[in-house]
Formats: sequence, C-alpha cells, structure tokens
Amino acid sequence: MTDKIRNASTTTRRQALKMMALTGVAGIFAPNLLGKPAFADTPPSKPTGRIVIGFSQEPTVFNPLMPRIEVDDGVHFSLFDALFRIDPEGRFQPALAAEVPTTENGGISKDGLEWRIKLRDDVKWHDGTPFTAEDVKFTLELVVDPNFRSWRTAGHSLVRNITVVSPTELTWQMETAFAPYLSILADTFIVPKHVLEPEQDRNTAPFNNAPIGTGPFKWANRVAGDHLELVANPDYYGEGPYVERLVYKYIPDLTVLYTQFKSGDIDIIGSQYITPDNFDEAKKLPGKVVNLVPSATVECIYLNLGRPQFQDPAVRQAIYAALDKQTIIDALYYGLPTPTESYMPQQSFYYNPDLPKHEYNLERARELLDGAGWKPGSDGIRAKDGVRLSFTNSTTSGNHLREQTQQFIQQSLAEIGIEMSISNLPPAVMWGEYWTKSQFDTVIVGIIFMTGADPDVTSRFHSGAITIKGGRGANNGQYANEEVDTLLEEGGRTFDPEARRAIYNKVQEKIRADLPLLPIFQTVTVRGHKAGIEGIVPNINTRIDTWHAAAYRWKK
Amino acid sequence: MFGYLLNRLWQSIVLLVIVSIIGFAVLNLIPGGPLSQFALTPGMTQEAMDRIAEQMGLNRPLPVQYLDWAWRLVQGDWGTSYRDGQPVLNVIGRHVFATLLLMGTSTAISIAIGTWIGIRGATHRYSLFDYTVTVGAMIALSIPTFWFGLVGIYIFSLKLGWLPAGNMYTIGDGSALNYLRHLIMPSVVLSLVNVAIWSRYMRTATLDVINQDFVKTARAKGLTERRVLMKHVVGNALIPMITLAGMQLPGLLGGALVTETVFTWPGMGRLFLDSLGYNDYPVVMGLLMFSAILVLIGNLIADLVVAAVDPRTRLD
Repeated sequence: MTDKIRNASTTTRRQALKMMALTGVAGIFAPNLLGKPAFADTPPSKPTGRIVIGFSQEPTVFNPLMPRIEVDDGVHFSLFDALFRIDPEGRFQPALAAEVPTTENGGISKDGLEWRIKLRDDVKWHDGTPFTAEDVKFTLELVVDPNFRSWRTAGHSLVRNITVVSPTELTWQMETAFAPYLSILADTFIVPKHVLEPEQDRNTAPFNNAPIGTGPFKWANRVAGDHLELVANPDYYGEGPYVERLVYKYIPDLTVLYTQFKSGDIDIIGSQYITPDNFDEAKKLPGKVVNLVPSATVECIYLNLGRPQFQDPAVRQAIYAALDKQTIIDALYYGLPTPTESYMPQQSFYYNPDLPKHEYNLERARELLDGAGWKPGSDGIRAKDGVRLSFTNSTTSGNHLREQTQQFIQQSLAEIGIEMSISNLPPAVMWGEYWTKSQFDTVIVGIIFMTGADPDVTSRFHSGAITIKGGRGANNGQYANEEVDTLLEEGGRTFDPEARRAIYNKVQEKIRADLPLLPIFQTVTVRGHKAGIEGIVPNINTRIDTWHAAAYRWKK
Repeated sequence: MFGYLLNRLWQSIVLLVIVSIIGFAVLNLIPGGPLSQFALTPGMTQEAMDRIAEQMGLNRPLPVQYLDWAWRLVQGDWGTSYRDGQPVLNVIGRHVFATLLLMGTSTAISIAIGTWIGIRGATHRYSLFDYTVTVGAMIALSIPTFWFGLVGIYIFSLKLGWLPAGNMYTIGDGSALNYLRHLIMPSVVLSLVNVAIWSRYMRTATLDVINQDFVKTARAKGLTERRVLMKHVVGNALIPMITLAGMQLPGLLGGALVTETVFTWPGMGRLFLDSLGYNDYPVVMGLLMFSAILVLIGNLIADLVVAAVDPRTRLD
C-alpha cells in the first residue's frame, strides 16, 4: 500500500496538494483509502471468509474490452487491472504501471505526443504467466482491431507506433495531443496476450467466459442467472485481497434486493442499492451500516434543441424557472439528493461552484415568455410564429419516481402556459435510436458526464458530436456553441490540471447560461453493508462501488 | 397410428415455422435493439454502436437474418446469446434444472392435494368442507402470487426467521437439506393457485361422472361406496385431467415468472424476462421455440395417453 502513495503523481506535488484541498468534499465521503491506514485492526495475514455482494442487474460480460454495463465493470475491477486507477480524490495511482506518466516525469512529452510507460516487474497473470509490456501492446491494438467488438475506440484510435522497449517499458506516439487519454487508460483493463492472441475469433473466445486477469481475485465459477464466485489471488501485487471468496449475487428486483439485505442473505447491497423510500427504515436496521454516498449521475431534463420550441433561450430559461427542484427533491426523493447547477459532480476537482443559483419563480417564468413574445392562444397554450409551446417528455417506463416528477413538472408548466405531455417507453426502446438519433422532444435522464475523473465532455456538448448531423459522439440534444467547441478542443490538448480547471469552469458557465439541459439534482445513493465489513470506500470517479473490493474484509 | 403420428408431426412443423416467423418479426419490430442497453454507458457513442451492430450482423435485412437463424436452427445450432456469449441451448439448459425442481415440486403438491379436494368436494357437495374450499379457491385465484410470496417472506423469513428469503440454495452450502429449505416457500406459494385450479376441475369432472348411469349400476350391484368411488368414479373423472396435465408440461419447464423473481429463483421465467429486457434475440427466440415444442409435445402425449386409457377415443 505504501508503494502506491510514494508513486502517486499525476501532477507536481504542489498541484496534487491543491487538488486534495479542493476536493475536500470528496474526502468526507471517501476517507483515507490510499492515504493512511484508517482501519481499526490489522488486515488478516491470509485471505479468509466470504463476502456476498448483491446486484440488481446480472453481470454477463467478462471480457472487459467488450460492450458492458455498470455491474460488468464492478466485476472487471476484481479480476483485472488497468495501467492506472483513479482514487476517491480524483488522483491517478499507478496499478500495472510503475508510475503515472506526466509531462514533469517525462512520461508524456511537452507537446503531449510521445508517451512512455514503465511497468511493474512483479505482476503475474492468474495462470502464472508473467505480465509484460507485450500484454499492454496487445490490448491497445485489440481495442482498435476492426474485427473485434470493442466497446470504445475513442482515444485509442489516436495511438501510433506502439513499441515494446523492454518487458517493463513501452512507448507510443499520439496522432494529436489528447489529455483525457490518461482517464481512458485508467478505464481500459489489460488482457493477456498469451491467452487471447492464439484465438481465431476474440469475440467468442473461451476467455470471455473464463477470464484470466491480474486482479486481486481469480475466476472460480458462474451460475448463470444467479451468481458468480471469485477466489482470492494470493499472488496479487497490491493491497489485499483479504477475503477468500467474493460472490456477486444477482437479485433482479430492488424490493427483493433490499429484503435479502435485511434478512442477511447478502453482505453488501450493491448497485442499484437501497431505494430512497427505504432509507429511514434501513438506517435503523440492527447489525447493518447504511450511509448516503453521492454518485456522479446528474438527473436532468434533457432538451432536444433541434425542436423549434427550444431554440429560443427564453423558453429554456422559463422552463428552468418553473422547475420546483426543492419540492421534487423533498416530496419525491425524501430530501436525499443535492440540487445542482452543473452537469459536473460536485465532488469533482473540476466542479464550478460559482454558477448562478436556480430560483423557482413562476412569475419570472411568465415574464420571460411574455418578453420574448410567446402569447397564450385560445387554448391557453403559448405560441409564437405558429410554434406552440407544446412538447412530449419521456423517460423509462416503470421508474415511479421519475413518473411522479414528470406529472409534477407537467402541472407547473401548465400554469405558465406550456403543454407537456408524457410519453414513456420501455428501457430498450427509450435508449435506442429514440435517444441516440434525437427523436425525442425532452427526456428525464440521469447521466454521468465524465470519463472517469476526466472532465472532457466533447462527446456530449461539442457540435461535432451530433449523431444525426453526421457527427461522432453522444450530443443527442444537438447543442452547438462555437465558444464551447473551442474551449473543449483546448481542454483536450491541455495536460496541466489547473489550466484545465479554468477551461472546464468556463464550459460549465456556458452550459449553465445556454441551458441545453436543465439540471435537477446530483444523485445520492443509499448504500449498506453488514456491520463488521471493513475497507468499503466509495469513489465518485468510478461507476461502481466495488472498484476496490481487494480491500474488503471482515473485522476480526 | 403411424399415419396419425406422421400427420401430427407435419402439422407441428408448420406450426413451429409460423410461430418462429411471428416471434422473430415482433421481436425485431420493437424499436431499440440489443445495443440500447449500452447507450447510457459513459463514453458510448452512436458511431461505436453502429460499428458493433455491423460486426454482430444486426444491420442486415430482417428476412436474411431470419433465414440465417432458421437455417442454423435446422442444423442444430440455436445461436449464441448476445448477453453472455454462451450457446443458447447451454443457457436454457442451465435454467431448466431450477425451474424443473420448483415446478415439479409444486405440480406434485397441487395434483395430489387438488385431486383429493376435488373428489371430496364433489362427494360431499354443499357441505361445510365444500363451501370452505370453494371460497378458499376463489381467494387463492384472485390474489396475485407475488403478494403471497412477499407476505410469506415477511412472516417466515424476516419475522420468524424459519425459512430463507429466497434463492435456490445458500452459496457455499449445496446440501440437499439446504435446497429443500429453500424450496418450501416458493413451491407452496406456487401450489396455492394450482391447487385451486386443479380442485375446481377435479370437482367438476367428478360431478360429471358421479351421476352417470354406470355409477348407479355399480351401486345397484351392491359395491361399497368406497369401491364405487375408487374404481368407477375417479378413474373416469381423471381422463379430462390427463389433457389438463399435458397442457401443464410447457408451464412445468417454462417457469413461473413472478414467483421466480420474488424468490430469486434462477429459472426459465426469469431468463425469459431478462432476455426480453436486454433484447437478447437469440435466447428469446430459443425460449419461444423451446416452449412451442413443449406445447406440441405436451398435447401429443396427452392425446396418446387419453387414447390409451379411454377406449372411446382410440385413434385407429
């Protein structure tokens, strides 16, 4: 563990200290994981016991480079390692790499084009084969192999001339400077060359259902539709593992998930955690530790700016002013989430705390619409130049809290002469082309806008990322602002965290002013585990709470 | 007999083709598709999804996809799950055991108890027993099973702590006793409804027979009431039940969606629901064909058994 602290360096020492000070909020929730040993007793000398983690979705993808969902990620973290990982404070820590490359230590050249990665020399794959630079090269080439079903090529497609200098060192060139690549690498688990290279078809290789990694746990067995079991990797190079067996149990219904947490069938309640309505009861449960953990997901009303109704900024401001966030949070979400003005999680180093505060004011909303010339028609619905202020709002059907939020917003908007009709769809339909090809008017959605800890939002807000206009990305609201484009391009080229923070603070200002999305709140999850389990540390920079299951252990 | 079987087989194949075409069309008409579950993954783009769809062959014309699927099926290849990359038959095979265990137990309980209640209700018509059972059956049929399940878990797991709150077994303990403890609640909950159904059918069937002339003849011969019941009434009343049992076969292996979800039972019902939620077309199609085949086989067996026990319906 101490090794990691000594090696921690994305940035200079001064920058790191500043970042730590600035991310104090995260520190409250994520105390001391990689800092100092905060645990009451010393870890067991050899892995003992079993921990069962309940998930409400079933992990089914075990090749970490293939398309995956949140819970798949949760398992990958136990089986595999990336070159680096991001700690709860948002700092990069070396994992398979011996150190984090920076412009200061020469790992990344001043122009950001030449990368040099040094690797640990004491890592073995689960089958005993030594891990080398060849595995890293193979992984980075596999993710851009056109025959491989890779879930992401962004960033990786800029890499050229990967050269293995020695078993513990490799270099490559980037086509253009791309600062978010460090975060992408922290999210790219390295796979074994000696296992996958001989396979004809890597999409269907046996590896994908019996993975071999370098992580703290080894694959044991999977009972499809029920659970999968991992065993401790005694040769793990890093901290832990402390438990001998780690079980990911699939419980498909949130009520049943919570019931099995209460009854003690599961030790840790994982994603999607405890529903807010059960928080009051849960925190009184004997023998259970239940706490609130902010997640990076920002719940927002996402507008399709391609629709004529939303092209007038006054309309977007008026809808925002008519949004009674506090009542939604208090009455529907039991007061748990935090209202927010930004798409960026408030615990992030890059969060801009100085954005104008939202105020719920129907009078102001009416004034805005009157001033912009939107006049009520005979049916009471405002219109201007033949465009009626009428639109649909969609979300995943079956999500009761969102459905109630919709009805509440519908009433508020009716009071200012805006007609919102509700049109909900099942998830597979909702997040298909309806979403990706901008066929919606507005949706209520929770989105993680960051790439790990990286603030890059090019794929969400750059005008070149609008799919239906031939762009590459996920700018499904069709937002376009030249200034934001320029800022995002500059941010992508800049490696210095301080300089980047200034850039992304400005991006947040612009987004707050233009309102392509109306932020409602930052999600808070209710998490729980049995008293007696130690080492559970939330990390806002990862999508899933099991990012560091290596440290889980039973108190003696 | 042989001609009859050949004819049935031919009809079955035509039926399967129709079922598969309708199923395939309906599945693919639903907007979304297998990749939409990844749309919200941070960093996922339409471009990446289009590329993956291309690699998976999802953007080929539907008739081509269907013929490709059907041709492989004829050759014995049921395809590969989009979700976990396993062959569909393996996926189904691994869920069949759980369902068979649960449904087998519950069906055995239902048939035994249901038959007894039905016969007793018919022979003691309008008695207190009959009324109680009729009202009880009405209640069991009207209340959804998930409610019974949740109430059962609340009382017997959370309050009393007698029975586990779900799952097929405790992880790390695969003993028969452990399976049995986990089996009690879900199978009893499932049986509640089935007992109600079986007892109603059995009561009606017994009443049909009990007033027939041959029963009167049997009584007139001086047989004891018990012998009349066992030899003449029950045997004849069970004939329509055979057809009913045949129709239960697909249900037996198709699983109980709601009960499996409430009790976290990794069976076929949940597999179907999960596969549908993820638009895992190969598995959904596989399950569809599997249950269609079961329906056909179940009916065929029932017809053959009825023909064997009932001389009036001999096939030749």
